[in-house]
Amino acid sequence: MSKDVYVLAEQRDGNIQKVAFELVGEATKLAKDLNEQVVAILLGDGVTAKAEELIQHGADKVIVVDDPMLAKYATEPYAKAITAIIKEFDPEIVLYGATSIGRDLAPRVSARVHTGLTADCTKLEIAEDTKLLNMTRPAFGGNIMATIVCKNHRPQMATVRPGVMAALAADTARKGEVVPFKVEFTPADMNIEIIEEVKETKKIVDVTEAKVLVSGGRGIGSPEFFNTLKELADLLGGEVAASRAVVDAGWIGKEYQVGQTGKTVRPNLYIACGISGAIQHVAGMESSEVVISINKNDGAAIFDVSDLGIVGDVKTIIPKLIEALKKR
Amino acid sequence: MKIVVCIKQVPDTAEVKLDPKTNTLIRDGVPSIINPDDKAGIEVALRLKEQVGGTVTLVCMGPPQADVALREALAMGCDDAVLISGREFGGSDTLATSTIIAAGIKTLDYDVIITGRQAIDGDTAQVGPQIAEHLGIPQVSYAEELTADGDSLIVKRQFEDRYQKIRVKTPCLITALSEIAEPRYMTVGGTIDAYAKEIKVLGFEELKDKLNPEHIGLKGSPTNVVKSFTKQAKGAGEVLKDASADDAVKAIIAKMEEKHII
Amino acid sequence: MVGFNLSKEHLLQQQLYRKFAETEVKPKAADMDEAEKYDVSIMDKMAKFGMLSIPFPKEDGGAGADTLSYVLCIEELAKVDASTATACSVHTSLCTTAIGRFGTPEQKEKYYKPLASGKKYGCFGLTEPNAGTDAAGQQTVAVKEGDHYVLNGAKIFITNSGFSDIFLVFAMTDKSKGTKGISAFILEKGMPGFTIGKDIPRMGIRAASNCELAFENVIVPAENLMGREGEGFKIAMQTLDGGRIGVAAIALGIAQGAINETVKYVGERKQFGKRIAQFQNTQFKLAELQAKVDAARLLVWRAACAKDNHDPISVPAAMAKLVCSDVANETTRTCVQLFGGYGYSREYPVERMMRDAKITEIYEGTSEVQKMVISGAMKIK
Repeated sequence: MSKDVYVLAEQRDGNIQKVAFELVGEATKLAKDLNEQVVAILLGDGVTAKAEELIQHGADKVIVVDDPMLAKYATEPYAKAITAIIKEFDPEIVLYGATSIGRDLAPRVSARVHTGLTADCTKLEIAEDTKLLNMTRPAFGGNIMATIVCKNHRPQMATVRPGVMAALAADTARKGEVVPFKVEFTPADMNIEIIEEVKETKKIVDVTEAKVLVSGGRGIGSPEFFNTLKELADLLGGEVAASRAVVDAGWIGKEYQVGQTGKTVRPNLYIACGISGAIQHVAGMESSEVVISINKNDGAAIFDVSDLGIVGDVKTIIPKLIEALKKR
Repeated sequence: MKIVVCIKQVPDTAEVKLDPKTNTLIRDGVPSIINPDDKAGIEVALRLKEQVGGTVTLVCMGPPQADVALREALAMGCDDAVLISGREFGGSDTLATSTIIAAGIKTLDYDVIITGRQAIDGDTAQVGPQIAEHLGIPQVSYAEELTADGDSLIVKRQFEDRYQKIRVKTPCLITALSEIAEPRYMTVGGTIDAYAKEIKVLGFEELKDKLNPEHIGLKGSPTNVVKSFTKQAKGAGEVLKDASADDAVKAIIAKMEEKHII
Repeated sequence: MVGFNLSKEHLLQQQLYRKFAETEVKPKAADMDEAEKYDVSIMDKMAKFGMLSIPFPKEDGGAGADTLSYVLCIEELAKVDASTATACSVHTSLCTTAIGRFGTPEQKEKYYKPLASGKKYGCFGLTEPNAGTDAAGQQTVAVKEGDHYVLNGAKIFITNSGFSDIFLVFAMTDKSKGTKGISAFILEKGMPGFTIGKDIPRMGIRAASNCELAFENVIVPAENLMGREGEGFKIAMQTLDGGRIGVAAIALGIAQGAINETVKYVGERKQFGKRIAQFQNTQFKLAELQAKVDAARLLVWRAACAKDNHDPISVPAAMAKLVCSDVANETTRTCVQLFGGYGYSREYPVERMMRDAKITEIYEGTSEVQKMVISGAMKIK
């Protein structure tokens, strides 16, 4: 019979990713409701020593496949390893991070083992009556939330959005089991050739990671004003972002765009400068912890989703705000 | 090179508005468009064809109305189109959908299959890799650049913190990011050619020897939506009108302090 | 066209034109107006996607569509920028159409095909400082000397002249014959003695290129005479009949564009604690305007279909232009009023649309000329 809540612990360069701890944390809740265990799957080359970290964060057991074939992420060897583990251990649930790795791997595995997969979940819970995993996710560009179940197929699988679930604090006294697992790879499993791998830590601005976003729309008047917004963002330890209108106008790159056709962000603070608050934009930022907006038009829709709205000109207020923050 | 591009017709979610009174989606009058990532996939397919020659064949699963999405893609310069359509296919989740599309693709000759990374109505990014699995071919997803090199493709595969240059032998499946290529417009002449072409329609009858009926449609879908609801909108807070710039700055700083941001 | 519904092809074409206008033209419109300078890269892009080739047959390098498709294109362009719509219309329905219809096989090969395929841009030189509506007052003269003509004179308000390659120019070959002494010539940019002068500052369509042309002993080969000597006026008038359908579509587009902007604005703008869309005055005004615009559109489509069916177009084209230009002016004026102060400001496009609307009552035959055409056909003398 299927049992236990499995989590793919994503690692890159041998470092376990934050999302892995978040998933383990979430899995402990689900496992408790099921009265089962949390099992982390760790795939890589020379990663066995890292298994302890997962135990410290809540895993009861870590299945490790330590193999040179898994040194760098490639779909087929990883899919083969996970499939072998699923076949061997018959998990009740398998969770993956909704990252560029998890979202590549999980669908491949789901088709191979013929089970359901729910993408990009933001909420997971065990239904009291059926003990099924209720997987809730945004759809329709974030306008609709849908709860999905996988009734008759096992494991129940989901990718989970990074940054949504809470990781448990590390407990160095915590004990668990590390289970090495052998997968028989053949050279044919490496069906792609990685010619090169290049890290781009800061080249790509990731507005989804920023804790504070200072976002500009048409109301900032000119592309140059983004320099001022950048100054404010730097003071607050954040990044600049933008509405679609100014990205379309070529004032700033698309990687900064928040909203329907851009990124969905949930920073601690979102400062909307000269952004009217079209629904497409709001869809991308309404989950921000705190929203402060400045707009000349007192009827701007952005005020409807703001904790604080200022009717006024960003071009005078922002420089004064920078000045005031510098004085502190 | 025989290139297959999978496209989906989706409601233009950017045009979706919330009813301010009921807080529900207004879907009436929302135009249907080619999913943006898929459109980028069409463009990169056309460029690949321009690079090495060959044909670009479109595959779309959807209702008969999806015909117009295929016509648009033909008007951009694609060679031919297949519409997979049938009542039996309704209610399919991603796994069932990928099963059906893979069956449709099995009726075609292909060297490379290009799909968009994800569709804007579902945002799952699952169907592409699942098709690749059903066909037993390698996949490279999150592709940001794509060029042909002999019987291989060179793909720039994007991750959050890095990229890989990957060589993959054909046949293979690529899922394209919208950054991969700015899609071209249709041409006026192309719109006329598009309607002069015949779109092949594949229904359940045409595909039944390639499909397990247990694996398609609502019944063949492992996942089911049990509930859907509109998200609780964030409520409006305080709005300061007619405040001087200095007072506005004070209010902003007070709010930041209150929320422990500074 | 069967009934009042567009065919599938037309709907797909409309989708292309709309997307192109929204993406490529709209973001530039205000800046081009402000700078009073046309961004020719828009023409280059229109050419690339066949938008300068719409009604011409594929074998001539055209897109193989029809006049109805062409007016759909012009309307979509004019919704966001009347200057771009004007540029497309002059190239298509004045210069290219005329050479395609009246040119010799050699002229068609050399000039019409590059124009029809969008490789070259064209304009139409009829208006002179002293010959507007009264085209018979042409002072540009062409004198035949052996195997060529020598042109002297000047033209004014010549749309697209700043960036065109091919110029259809009208000149007197026999002053004694009045309009029957006018002939048509095809000129190329860079012919010795042919200079393109300054842009004339204007109230509206400020982005359009509308320069003066000057001819000083310009040697034009005799094979560049289009039609026979003395047929120029007939060629000009028949071409303008068709051109008016395009201008009607420009006016239509301006009006619809203004309504669209206004509908968006009144849904956002609040006064007296309500969105101004909630006031009945706003609702009724916009309803009236939209009904008139839809009526005007039917006249444009009727004229376009008449042209596609090779039916007489003089009267339907005149009616379409008369009504559409009137509707455009009323609509834009009312829309500015609904916007209030912001409508008068350059922050919103409706003030530009109001300025642009005026020219549609003037160029390619004033409203008075249209009334002459219509009343003439009614035999009211």
